[in-house]
Amino acid sequence: MNWEPILLTFKLASITTLILVCITIPLAHWLVHTKTKLKPVIETLVSMPLVLPPTVLGFYFLIAFSPGNFFGSWLNEWLGIKLVFSFSGLIIASVLYSLPFMMHPIQSGFASLPKTLTEASYVMGKSKTTTLLKVLLPNIKTSLLTGVVLSFAHTVGEFGVVLMIGGNIPGKTKVASIAIYDEVEALNYSAANFYSAVLFVITFCILLLVYLVNGGYLKKYWK
Amino acid sequence: MIQLNLNKVLDTADGKMNLALDIVIAEGAFVTLYGDSGVGKTSTLRMLSGLLNPDSGNVVVNGETWFNSEKKINKKPQFRNIGYVFQDYALFPNMTVRQNLEYASSKNNSSKKIEAIIEILELGKLQSKKPETLSGGQKQRVALGRALAQNPKILLLDEPLSALDIKARLKLQDYLLKVHREFNLTAILISHDIGEILKLSDYIYVLSSGKVIKEGNPQDVFAANNISGKFKFVGEILKIEPQDVVYVVTVLIQTNVVKIIAQESEIKEMNIGDKVMVASKAFNPVIFKI
Repeated sequence: MNWEPILLTFKLASITTLILVCITIPLAHWLVHTKTKLKPVIETLVSMPLVLPPTVLGFYFLIAFSPGNFFGSWLNEWLGIKLVFSFSGLIIASVLYSLPFMMHPIQSGFASLPKTLTEASYVMGKSKTTTLLKVLLPNIKTSLLTGVVLSFAHTVGEFGVVLMIGGNIPGKTKVASIAIYDEVEALNYSAANFYSAVLFVITFCILLLVYLVNGGYLKKYWK
Repeated sequence: MIQLNLNKVLDTADGKMNLALDIVIAEGAFVTLYGDSGVGKTSTLRMLSGLLNPDSGNVVVNGETWFNSEKKINKKPQFRNIGYVFQDYALFPNMTVRQNLEYASSKNNSSKKIEAIIEILELGKLQSKKPETLSGGQKQRVALGRALAQNPKILLLDEPLSALDIKARLKLQDYLLKVHREFNLTAILISHDIGEILKLSDYIYVLSSGKVIKEGNPQDVFAANNISGKFKFVGEILKIEPQDVVYVVTVLIQTNVVKIIAQESEIKEMNIGDKVMVASKAFNPVIFKI
């Protein structure tokens, strides 16, 4: 059996999740405390991938990244980056596509913490960064875990965006969900079944782990 | 010495209110801010600590300007070194009691200070516990200890004892007195409990809709006529009932309910819920062991 699409899927999901963790924590923290009037607009933009068909997102990425357009050709000429039908293009599309799944749990986690925790840390002479790392983040561990797992699982299950912008290049953009579609098209049901079963089992295990951890079922094994 | 000259428009339940204060607090004093909810007591503490910016005015502490609207000086809360005990305690749930204290104490602060605080506030047995497992009174002690661990010159107490039962409250008042003496602090307390104020503080500001309407020694402020009686307690009116030609006023003093006879002229300005002073002048009180 060819494991390549599955490995590619998890590589894509891991990198996407890592990037999302780095950008959503400051963004969510800022969004919870900001008083800007643009807040509802930003929140809407972040949530758009939840309701928009993935093909719409993929279509616009395809147009924007295409070397025939200004942005795409600028990237290609100045930075030497080609985002259409490439792995790096997939990553950028996945980051935007999975953004709400990371953003929402972290944002509500921050919002649920009493404001006095931050203030108490400030009057103790601690900087914003120290407060974030030592006080706020450790207290929203379950939200972080939920965000990480949901965006990982969501990226694994991504199909429409990948098909539009990544195409079906083995070893580069042929992730498991595309491979399944491909094998079914070729009436190769046993290969499709193999990919599907692997995805099914792995995603089941990931989600089960989240519910076990967040439900406190594993606490007795930690102490 | 703390000089506070603050102006701030606050949004309250009854619309906008202008908070305008001009007070000076001596070093080492134990001062109370007293008044109804929403008159600006907490906002005053927040402006002193830098968590809220005044619209105008200035804050000068021991000759150093912390805030000046004209010169655009505004020292960050991180650099004011104020010990703040929040009403909801604000203990960090992810840290144990000891870690809470250690987080608050700066790096150059020796662990001796933490040991001293743990001893004074009797936190020894709680050290390795997480805040969620503590009772209200214990959380309160930890919050107080944590505020002290940062070695502040000024201690702000925002109704720290209001959520506690009477027994825990009396104990913590003793802790507060001990701590105030021991660490040589200037303390500002917000409290509604007159007994507590009389016991703890040596100066009081009575606030009403953003302004100081009365100030002075707590005894003088609360005993308007300055009754010379040696036997006096502060309580709250629970009930006023007419009985023949007089009225029976039921008063709650700490945990005891007492009934007092009053004339119609005396109860005219009294309502249920009012704070009153019960004093005896002519009779000698009798004492029993129970």
